[in-house]
Amino acid sequence: MRFDLDNLFGIHQQAMMVRSKRAELIANNLANADTPNFQARDIDFKQVLRQTQEADDASRLMTTDSRHISTGTRVGDLSTDILYRIPMQPSIDGNTVDTQLEKSNFMENAIQYQASVQFLGDKIRSLMTALKGE
Amino acid sequence: MSLFNIFNIAGSGMSAQSIRLNTTASNIANAESVSSSTGKTYRAKQPMFSAIYDTFGDNPQSTGVKVNGIVESQAPLRTEYWPEHPMADENGMVYLPNVNPVEEMANMISASRSFQSNVEVMNTSKQMLLQTLKLGQ
Repeated sequence: MRFDLDNLFGIHQQAMMVRSKRAELIANNLANADTPNFQARDIDFKQVLRQTQEADDASRLMTTDSRHISTGTRVGDLSTDILYRIPMQPSIDGNTVDTQLEKSNFMENAIQYQASVQFLGDKIRSLMTALKGE
Repeated sequence: MSLFNIFNIAGSGMSAQSIRLNTTASNIANAESVSSSTGKTYRAKQPMFSAIYDTFGDNPQSTGVKVNGIVESQAPLRTEYWPEHPMADENGMVYLPNVNPVEEMANMISASRSFQSNVEVMNTSKQMLLQTLKLGQ
């Protein structure tokens, strides 16, 4: 079996970056839950993850030989991918934050982040086991 | 890193909500502060929240909340005929603040709930960061 250290972590390194960005956005929505005229924002996770991966692939230095060293992961610029949430209930002060919705989104996002952390931890542990050979 | 920003964002939310709680406490404490003229009477105070915008980059992104200032309510003051009161004016009138205790209680509950959700956000982010730090151990 061919062992590819570049792809050991798979999608999780990009997924964690996008997840932490999304956590920041939702935390901001919750902090502004009482700000007049504030509009809640979020990202389309699937789309942003795909773009981050594509940007990642495009920013890689070309490796024409198997002994070339590839470059690392680059944080994608997400600023253009941030969308506005469509409010379910209009509010008189122009605020579109639905606290319950944001809280559940934040929790879901945090758990998905932790799932990625778990996968990465398991991969690192199995790699260490293989390296030590004990 | 984004997760560290959450501490600033949730912190700004907590401080804004505590300012709101402070004004509510002040309003309720002064709900019955009598005075002898309209100019000296306590008026209900209310903080003005606004989002902090990160002005760097093409697409400004909000990074927390700030209190822009505290405004006084323009609602009419309560007046009462109370000639024996030591603060009564020459017509026997005293002036009471325009504080609405029901409004203030609702405001207090809202501020306290918002504070709590910011604390939860901060706690969750702390766990996420700590787990990331322990990665591979």
